[in-house]
Amino acid sequence: MTRLSLLQTIAAILSQLGLVTAALIVLLGAAMIFRRRLGILGHTMTSPVGLIGLMLVLFWVLVGLMAPGLVVQDPLLQITDMKNALPGSRLTLPDGTTVTYLLGGDVLGRDVFSRALAGAREVLMIAPPAAALAYMVGIALGLPAGYFGGAFDAVVGFFANALLSFPVILLFFLLVSPEVRDSAIPAGIAAVLFVLPTFFLLAAVNSRLFVAPTRRNWVLGLLLAFMAWLVAGVVFDADPLGMVSLDPNILNVFVAVAFINAPTVFRIVRGAAMDLRARDYVQAALTRGEGPWYIMCWEILPNARGPLIVDFCLRIGYTTILLGALGFFGLAVSPESPDWGSTISEGRKLMAIFPHIALAPALCLVSFVLGLNLLANALREESLRD
Amino acid sequence: MIGFALRRLGILVLTMLFLASMVFWLTNLPSSLKKMAKSEASVRMSDADVDLWLSQNGYDRPLTARFGEWLGVLPAWQPETESTLPGRCAAVAADGGQPFCGALQGHLGRSTVFDMPVSDVIAPKLAATGWLMLYSMLILTLGGIGLGVVAGIREGSATDRIVSALAIASTATPDYVWAVLLVVTFASATSGVSPILRDWGLIDTPTLLLGTATSAETAIDFRNFTLPVLAIGLYGVGYIASITRASMVEVMKAQYIRTARLKGLGLGRIVLRHALRNALIVPVTVVMLQFPWLLNGVVIIEIIFNYKGFGWLVVQAAGNNDIELLMGCAMVAAVIVLITQLVSDIAYTLLNPRLRFG
Repeated sequence: MTRLSLLQTIAAILSQLGLVTAALIVLLGAAMIFRRRLGILGHTMTSPVGLIGLMLVLFWVLVGLMAPGLVVQDPLLQITDMKNALPGSRLTLPDGTTVTYLLGGDVLGRDVFSRALAGAREVLMIAPPAAALAYMVGIALGLPAGYFGGAFDAVVGFFANALLSFPVILLFFLLVSPEVRDSAIPAGIAAVLFVLPTFFLLAAVNSRLFVAPTRRNWVLGLLLAFMAWLVAGVVFDADPLGMVSLDPNILNVFVAVAFINAPTVFRIVRGAAMDLRARDYVQAALTRGEGPWYIMCWEILPNARGPLIVDFCLRIGYTTILLGALGFFGLAVSPESPDWGSTISEGRKLMAIFPHIALAPALCLVSFVLGLNLLANALREESLRD
Repeated sequence: MIGFALRRLGILVLTMLFLASMVFWLTNLPSSLKKMAKSEASVRMSDADVDLWLSQNGYDRPLTARFGEWLGVLPAWQPETESTLPGRCAAVAADGGQPFCGALQGHLGRSTVFDMPVSDVIAPKLAATGWLMLYSMLILTLGGIGLGVVAGIREGSATDRIVSALAIASTATPDYVWAVLLVVTFASATSGVSPILRDWGLIDTPTLLLGTATSAETAIDFRNFTLPVLAIGLYGVGYIASITRASMVEVMKAQYIRTARLKGLGLGRIVLRHALRNALIVPVTVVMLQFPWLLNGVVIIEIIFNYKGFGWLVVQAAGNNDIELLMGCAMVAAVIVLITQLVSDIAYTLLNPRLRFG
């Protein structure tokens, strides 16, 4: 076994990530040119903080998308001689091929570099969609709660507050246990989590296109079919087209994460709706004779978008951290999963002797969450400026 | 005021009841009970034997009835035929026959892993975790509020920018990552500062600080407790600092601060006497609301640093399918959180004269 020098290792890593870097430069360049047409996202690029945040987030999104092409080798492959190998180790296998572990090997002789990249894919497959689902649910419940108030607000608010006063980790131990996974509970929660946004989307479209019934019926039909397809694939693993399918374990984690985030989103949206319902444009819409759903979906929601977008960024980061914590308790996607939390957890057992095993995924996780936080910060400053 | 307090209390009781029923349902799923039967009696039991064991020990009755017994509003179940478990409270029933025996009477059941009453298992672990939470809370409060105040005095100053950047970095680095970074830096014999310090002869132990907190269970000292406390504190300090900074910036823009400035008061006097009192209302209440978050952190950190406290207990209970212990832990955590929320509400009212006299 030979070792590359530090400079050689860095050069090798950069060349391995060359495709990502190129794509990143192209995308950022294009965004810079068209930044005046990109709205608030274009504005954030004018501040260095926002630009760094955007770069970090974009980098990890690209890595997540291209991970299968970027890895040096199969992230699950174990090479005994590479156990705990130091960064830059190079080994010629008996069959003549040479493998280089750019960031070293882990306890089982797997490539830390490839696992970190594959982990990005695992994390990005769960965290942003889960945050998005939580947002849909929070908006679907928070808008009517804030706008109408009354008994609906009191009841939903009670459940949201009750869930918020329960430590997240305990909720996870209850929701992500093998017993729960084998029961009908995750599918039940998932069904509720998907039905609520569906109703909300239907109400939004219906209120908007009420004046054009033919078009409305078409859009509603397509929307319903799309949501049914999504639910069939994600919840019941019975997608007729075979495009969407989720392992029951991933479904359980996904549902639990979305479920835990929804009450906070509900509170934010409810607060914004309560604040905005007294505005002049709402009064104007009322005078025009618009229905409550039109006002909620097309008057209040677009005006509440600033804080919601900021919180969405932060929430993806928070969800990533939460997923990592799950990996720590062995509750993550699968035992061999390369997701960052699980790899940090495995690496920490030897972190006093071989720090690289835990450090690599830890720094990946931090840089991704940091990017999201910086982006959120820039967006917040931008929305305060208006 | 009394009406408000009663309403608050009513909601608190309802919340407890709701959480208790949810947790009871999730911990008493049929598959969990079957697993418990197998671990209690024999792993190689047939399905028929499992059902027999469950019915002999009273687990085949409806969930609501058993929840009522757990809660203490229904009389406790007594075994009629021979059973391997003594029933909810055989010890109490033996001397006098107390029919009600649930959480309301102070009986949280029996832990199957530790073979002890749940309350006896939880109490010492909660005390151990209390120390971890206390020190972490101290770091959070002092560090977060201190940094936030310093940053908020002059919005946009160099100090403000540095503190804000550090706050963002702190919230982006979760406690388990801090733990890894801190151990690699301070508690590794091969990397970080320890080898250098040992070469210079400044320390005579292999590492500067310890990477495990097991010895802190008997005696807490600087070496074994610094890293776990720092790991929790560093993750949370950024959030408190940014909240305090925002509050301070807001206050420093207020009319009465300008008046005080125009009167010719020095900056130190303005900050200490005029600004702080109003700027600290929000951070203090937010700090109190960090308890659910702190409980999360404590669970992870206790696992990493091998400190046998409440978090370790939760992991044991969940991993070993110890139903009553998990139920007890969940309820204790919920009570702690709800009480701190109540205290935070009261503190907010007391600190804010506008609410008190309004």
